[in-house]
Amino acid sequence: MATLIDIQNLAKSYTRGKQKVEVLHHVDLTIAEGDFLALMGPSGSGKTTLLNLIGGLDAPSAGSISVGGQRIDQLGGGALAKWRASNVGFIFQFYNLMPMLSAQRNVELPLLLTKLSAAQRKKNASIALQLVGLADRASHKPSELSGGQQQRVAIARAIVSDPALLVCDEPTGDLDRQSAEDVLGLLQQLNRDHGKTIVMVTHDPKAAEYASHTLHLDKGALVEQGAFA
Amino acid sequence: MKYLHLIWAALFRRKTRTVLTLVSIIAAFLLFGMLDAVRTAFDSGSQGIVGVDRLVTSSRYSIIQPLPESLGARIATIPGVRDVGHANWFGGIYQDPKNFVFSYAVSPNYLDLYPEIHLSAEQRKAFDGNRTGAVIGDKLAQKYGWKVGDKIPLQSTIFPLKNGSKTWTFDIEGIYTVDKDAANGLDQLFMLHWKYFDEANAFGNGTVGWYVDRLTDPALGDRVAHAIDALSANSDHETKTQTEQAFSASFAKQLGDIGLIVGSIMGAVFFTLILLTANTMAQAVRERTSELAVLKTIGFSSRSVLALVLAESVLLLLIGGVIGLGLAAVLAPAIGKGSGGMINLPPVGAGSWAMGVGLMVLIGLVVGALPAWRAMRLNIVDALAGR
Ligand SMILES: Nc1ncnc2c1ncn2[C@@H]1O[C@H](COP(=O)(O)OP(=O)(O)OP(=O)(O)O)[C@@H](O)[C@H]1O
Ligand SMILES: [Mg+2]
Repeated sequence: MATLIDIQNLAKSYTRGKQKVEVLHHVDLTIAEGDFLALMGPSGSGKTTLLNLIGGLDAPSAGSISVGGQRIDQLGGGALAKWRASNVGFIFQFYNLMPMLSAQRNVELPLLLTKLSAAQRKKNASIALQLVGLADRASHKPSELSGGQQQRVAIARAIVSDPALLVCDEPTGDLDRQSAEDVLGLLQQLNRDHGKTIVMVTHDPKAAEYASHTLHLDKGALVEQGAFA
Repeated sequence: MKYLHLIWAALFRRKTRTVLTLVSIIAAFLLFGMLDAVRTAFDSGSQGIVGVDRLVTSSRYSIIQPLPESLGARIATIPGVRDVGHANWFGGIYQDPKNFVFSYAVSPNYLDLYPEIHLSAEQRKAFDGNRTGAVIGDKLAQKYGWKVGDKIPLQSTIFPLKNGSKTWTFDIEGIYTVDKDAANGLDQLFMLHWKYFDEANAFGNGTVGWYVDRLTDPALGDRVAHAIDALSANSDHETKTQTEQAFSASFAKQLGDIGLIVGSIMGAVFFTLILLTANTMAQAVRERTSELAVLKTIGFSSRSVLALVLAESVLLLLIGGVIGLGLAAVLAPAIGKGSGGMINLPPVGAGSWAMGVGLMVLIGLVVGALPAWRAMRLNIVDALAGR
């Protein structure tokens, strides 16, 4: 399968006051189109940092990231925002929905950045909500939905503009078993039936089982799976 | 426009706080509407270019001191004087002391001196032909519902009739209109014949209150004024002649102070408003940090996030401001009515609206600037991690 994400010699460090913290070093990673990758590792190992770099939310200190042939580490802020809008869907642990907007309006949000008409936006958002099984909750505010439902709305929002890549940071971290399984099943379905490439950070080995394979991060570096066995 | 629901939702995220802020914006602009209307009304009374060709000759010492009627003929002979008329203060009360009617007893040619007054030829003729006739401004007619043909009893505050009664009765023979740029109050005058006034008045002795001298050329003003005053120099009725403009200018000086007072009050009010609203906006944006980060994550550019926050604060000001000015527009006439015309607040004019809306946008931008800047600079990764 073709490569979607190609990461070479990636490093990321933060300077806190005078101190320089190297969070990621020498990360080499390729992710194929249509892959469902789980990223695991202890707290503070740099999982979120790596995910943010892949999703174009942050810029690396060194190395290169290309997604779909595009060197996103070389894009400026404005261009990167545009790139995110059409290429990546984000799913967070705490859903991060707009509390004042209905599920429908939340899902429509990314479409405001497109040239679609109001009617088209509405229609596409409805389709996305249908896909996550929440068509009947379109007018509900996030506070009127369960955690699992909120996360599914967030998934609908992530896929509504049809990006090739979904990045998920502990998407089930705040959910009970049943809701977590629903969400993971949904992600699996999006991967299998809709060809979405998914990179998912998780602490839960059960969640990782839904992915096609798992990588481990420790102290800012990728480690062979065998090292943990 | 497609972002309006977003801005609206953000605005009413904390209803109580937004409503309280709105109330103070409404109050500020209500005050602004009323005060600015007062200011503009005063200003317009002193700004017109009408009347540049008129001089006013009054007693040098006091407006109350009368001048001899014979002076008029002598003023008329001075080169540069086109026409001379005169008037006396009558000061009428209609039924109740609070219904004060500005009334002048005027010479037959008085209306000719004011081309900004428009009276139909028939009404003018009827007025001229009726000793006890009167003509009134349309605003005054409106105020009391007076019509041509009405007999109006006016009590003079000063002048009794020869029979001792203070109640004079006049026949309304005409109702005039005035040009838009005419001096303030001209459309509220009540004019009666000086001749009747002088003859019927127990104190009548052929004196006039002041002369109005119309010039052939406004440029001659100073020279003519000197010449007129020279006529009565060293007499027992020395005069002071001023252009209507000079008269207005000295008047405007006091009004300048009104402008200053209004300006200071509004300055203080808006300063407080800015502090208050800026605080609201700063708080509103701070507590939405993660939401703004999500917008940016989704692909909203930094600049559109800046615009969203600015739009939010401008909208807040516009909602409150328009309600406030609207209330002022409604309340001003209501106060006038409620007080029976004692307090006459002018309506909120287009100028006040334009300036008000300008202020709303300006204050909105000022107040939103810092939070908007912060939102624009927001680092997504830090904001998402709650740092
Ligand atoms: N903006 C930053 N400034 C300074 N240090 C940072 C910053 N972002 C991350 N770090 C540090 O980098 C390290 C890795 O952080 P990261 O959030 O990637 O870990 P993680 O693997 O996602 O952990 P967790 O499982 O707890 O979410 C941590 O030690 C963190 O304190
Ligand atoms: Mg993390």
